[in-house]
Amino acid sequence: MTTAAHPVAGRRLTANHLGIAVLLTAAYGVIPFAGSDYLLDAVLTPFLALALAALGLNLLTGYAGQVSLGSAAFLAVGAYAAYNFNLRVHELPFLVSLVAAGRVAAAVGVGFGLPSLRLRGFYLAVSTLAAQFFVQWALTKFGWFSNDSPSGVIDAPPLAVAGITFSGAVGRYLFSLTVVVISTLLAIRLLRSQVGRNFIALRDNETAAKVIGVPLLRTKLLAFGVSSFIVGIAGVLWAFAYLRTVEPAGFNLDRSFGILFIIIIGGLASIRGAVLGAAFMVVFPLLLSRLGAALLGDIFNSGVLEMSQRIVIGALIIGLLIAEPRGLIALVDRLAEPILRRFSRPLSRSTQS
Amino acid sequence: MSLVATSGGDALVLARTHERAAEAAREAEAAPPAAEAALVGGAPVPVLQLEGISLSFGGITALDGIDLAVANGEIRAIIGPNGAGKSSLLNVVSGLYRPDRGMVRLGSERFAHVPTSRLAALGVARTFQNLALFKGLPVLDNVITGFVHRRRAGFVRQILSTPQARREEAESRAASEDVIAFLHLDAVKHQLAGGLPYGVQKRVELARALVARPQLLLLDEPLAGVTLGEKQELAAHISNTRDAYGTTIVLIEHDIGVVMGLSDRIAVLDYGRKIADGTPDEVRSDQAVIDAYLGVAHEGETELVV
Ligand SMILES: Nc1ncnc2c1ncn2[C@@H]1O[C@H](COP(=O)(O)OP(=O)(O)OP(=O)(O)O)[C@@H](O)[C@H]1O
Ligand SMILES: [Mg+2]
Repeated sequence: MTTAAHPVAGRRLTANHLGIAVLLTAAYGVIPFAGSDYLLDAVLTPFLALALAALGLNLLTGYAGQVSLGSAAFLAVGAYAAYNFNLRVHELPFLVSLVAAGRVAAAVGVGFGLPSLRLRGFYLAVSTLAAQFFVQWALTKFGWFSNDSPSGVIDAPPLAVAGITFSGAVGRYLFSLTVVVISTLLAIRLLRSQVGRNFIALRDNETAAKVIGVPLLRTKLLAFGVSSFIVGIAGVLWAFAYLRTVEPAGFNLDRSFGILFIIIIGGLASIRGAVLGAAFMVVFPLLLSRLGAALLGDIFNSGVLEMSQRIVIGALIIGLLIAEPRGLIALVDRLAEPILRRFSRPLSRSTQS
Repeated sequence: MSLVATSGGDALVLARTHERAAEAAREAEAAPPAAEAALVGGAPVPVLQLEGISLSFGGITALDGIDLAVANGEIRAIIGPNGAGKSSLLNVVSGLYRPDRGMVRLGSERFAHVPTSRLAALGVARTFQNLALFKGLPVLDNVITGFVHRRRAGFVRQILSTPQARREEAESRAASEDVIAFLHLDAVKHQLAGGLPYGVQKRVELARALVARPQLLLLDEPLAGVTLGEKQELAAHISNTRDAYGTTIVLIEHDIGVVMGLSDRIAVLDYGRKIADGTPDEVRSDQAVIDAYLGVAHEGETELVV
């Protein structure tokens, strides 16, 4: 729900709040102690970074209706900007470089959002490809960005905030978790404000929005800016907390599509959908490789895995979108509704939140 | 005049002939509020004035030298056959179309092309012939968004919920609740606009246009496609709006019965030209109107009127 609490959904909101409280308790209180390094490093930390990137793209595409195929570019801008702030400005606290990196990504996002003032839909999507190719090219071409390392590879310094170093798997997980939780809370606040309504107004009827007095130009650029800011922060997590060694080639068009798939599979214009979609995209390949290895043994090497992954994900997307165009989250809500109804009175069917 | 709509214009034309004398007497006693409002402070000041508006699309002339003056507080209908240029006229007034020639005067400002982004600030709101709601927003949020041009707090203030942002949110929420109550939309205010029945959506669009208390309200076929019951209700809402808020209303409508009952004055368009402009009585007995409009559809009855 994009609106503040209202009577009909009051009970649903408390159910939601309860769910979130349980999740957060588990995420902070149980997983760091019970989870293996593999779970934290290979599953949860990338999941958090992708979920945040998907949230960022969802603001732009799901809520404001501006399609972008350049998310990976903003991940890269965030990662390389944080790297350079850290490298070149001495004694700069990491949190400051994190936020500054987000701002650089936002500025680049606003720049590449300018075509949205003239272009729409498919044409806009194609023009955002420019961001994708330009950023990747610039990071490879100009050695300055990677401190002249060959092929633009950067090694992330350890994460340290206020003297505490988040070095182990647990530390990097907790750092990512905290960044994602805070960013998500801010995004929810934004969506519940008039700006959030303006985003949806822009998406649902641009002419009516204009007539009413929604500042189209500002709203569009704001959507690009805020979205790229969040994606940029996600890029910092991806590079500093998850991979720790990244190169521009890692932020390619495939990655952009991956993030777009997350929000389509999870459910457009839904924060929970972005989280669910990211979980799906991280867990699914792992499940598939386990399953493949168990069923087929050695034949199921990484080449086969990658190929089968694409085929199966493609098929799943098509199947899902036919069954439930509003994504996994709508499916979950639909399945959960009868169960929740047993405990409470009729629920709102709204899928936004 | 009554607000009761009939199923067809023809029955009405008949009925009106008999009623006319009685009506004239009644109107003389109770002058419509528009006339009073317009005359406050001496000479009537038009809220909206069109001067020689012409517009064409390729070879099609949509509007041809239209002059129109809408007085403060009046309900002015624009009628005419399909394709006569009615919607184009409203699109010119709201700046969605740029006329080839002519000027639009809104209050004290005169435009060759009305700046749409300033429209709300100029005190003009409108609804669309085809629904133009924000389907993914609940009714309440649709209406609150109608207040957006009064907002000043930027997005950072909104996220941080500064006193200014909170005050603006509270103001627009209160204004929206008012309009929602006025249009009897309380029961659906938390539902997504896109899922509501057509007639209710029309009312939500009216609420969204009304919430900012515009001086001038442009309604493009607000009663089209709604059921008979809803039609009477909506027509009553429209006239209440004028009475309660003093809003000047320009209204496009095909249902002659409703138009005759609701409007103070009627302008008739045909093939982009204004062929008549006057009180319902004058228009009803205008030969050009009968030929171009009523005459085409109801030849049998027009004879009776003439
Ligand atoms: N955007 C446009 N592009 C091309 N032609 C247009 C456009 N808008 C209107 N027209 C043409 O201008 C003429 C007037 O159209 P308009 O929509 O103003 O008529 P209308 O009186 O509102 O008709 P209706 O009662 O059917 O709504 C029509 O011939 C229409 O085809
Ligand atoms: Mg029309």
